[in-house]
Amino acid sequence: MNVGVLALQGDVREHIEMLRQIGVRPVEVRLPRHLDVVDRLIIPGGESTVIGRLLTIYNFVAPLRARAGRDLAIWGTCAGAILLARTLMGTKQGGQPSLEMMDITVRRNAYGSQLDSFELPLDMPVLGETPLPGVFIRAPQIESVGPTVQVLARLPDGAVVAAQQGRMLATTFHPELTGDDRVHRYFLEL
Amino acid sequence: MEKSTWTTKVGLAQMLKGGVIMDVVTVEQARIAEEAGAVAVMALERVPADIRAQGGVARMSDPELISAIKAAVTIPVMAKARIGHFVEAQVIEALGIDYIDESEVLTPADEEHHINKHKFTIPFVCGCRNLGEALRRLAEGAAMLRTKGEAGTGNVVEAVRHFRAVQGDIRRLQSMDADELFTAAKNLQAPYELVKQVAAAGRLPVVNFAAGGIATPADAALMMQLGVDGVFVGSGIFKSGNPMQRARAIVAATTHYRDPAIIAEVSKGLGEAMVGINIDQIPTEQLMAKRGW
Repeated sequence: MNVGVLALQGDVREHIEMLRQIGVRPVEVRLPRHLDVVDRLIIPGGESTVIGRLLTIYNFVAPLRARAGRDLAIWGTCAGAILLARTLMGTKQGGQPSLEMMDITVRRNAYGSQLDSFELPLDMPVLGETPLPGVFIRAPQIESVGPTVQVLARLPDGAVVAAQQGRMLATTFHPELTGDDRVHRYFLEL
Repeated sequence: MEKSTWTTKVGLAQMLKGGVIMDVVTVEQARIAEEAGAVAVMALERVPADIRAQGGVARMSDPELISAIKAAVTIPVMAKARIGHFVEAQVIEALGIDYIDESEVLTPADEEHHINKHKFTIPFVCGCRNLGEALRRLAEGAAMLRTKGEAGTGNVVEAVRHFRAVQGDIRRLQSMDADELFTAAKNLQAPYELVKQVAAAGRLPVVNFAAGGIATPADAALMMQLGVDGVFVGSGIFKSGNPMQRARAIVAATTHYRDPAIIAEVSKGLGEAMVGINIDQIPTEQLMAKRGW
């Protein structure tokens, strides 16, 4: 198993450190050729407008669409979840480039500005009964999911914050900023 | 639900890593910056180069301008408050902006005390020239740091000096015996607990960006190779000949900072860079990095 972390922008190091603690030696993916040795990829938190633009300029879109969910398991956290979504709401003026791979609709900045960023323990049944620390930073929200998408976690008001479609995983929060490695371990089994 | 926790304050800065934060003075510039791949924008009335040229007292920008820029883009927006001017900070917080830069680029409002940043729900970034200054700002509640550099000069030399000073101080701490950290804290004029934490971790507990004098893609990559987490570009973009192209090039060089072939490619034909100023030609009383303590 070779795990890559997309290293165009964002909290790359936090994912890498968590994977190392689990005993995995991840690869930083900065150019499409770095994908050749990778069979799992994490798209970190960051700014979706920036990462999306760099994904397009450096020709990541076609190789990722060809492999994601098949021989490449993929997980997007926050900005990463935005980039996986087939449909986006709240994009920048004129729209923004995205991978459009997972059958979910995601709204950017769903809770407001940084002052509305929050922490809340989450129930995520696939990880067991212990609540998962949820860190939401200028977070997006999954507004709707397609028929083959499984909802993994919701906020108390019902809003979807984690979803899975086969070997594609999206979380609108940041497990990599917590000491809890269960989502990382879950992804490594995907 | 707990809002604006320390984790979310520091966390937003972590999300900005590997990115470029650009100074903008109009809505139009903010859109250009977002389009070019800025990870955030700093909303200002005047860029540092103009503040330097025009002189006078530099204050927080007009809230109307800050709000207009906030409404125009989807990326985080930062705004500057004067050192020690906690009411300017309260105003920026009330506007619902994402981050405050307590900045030496503006004229200080208090020559003894910085803002007590723990009292705010909005996170702060502060400048530093060395580890002691960095840790004093953290003690006051800063959730992100940057080098001071010398803003508005287009001269990267001070940013290099300040970042190397911080890293050198950290390496010295790491080589010390636990018994020596008490005196190290005294000498750094920084809280012992933070000194101990940095000595153990070998790095700052928050993100540290480069700022002050970055004007070219190579400048940005230089700072990244030295080990900063990301880059602020102030006057360097919109004081240059072709802002969109230069902004894109600096973004690319910040991502691919270890790839000289890419830096070379994006540096081609960028047109005129901003006119630079040599630091030793600036009268001492006009040096911005000396503001704050």
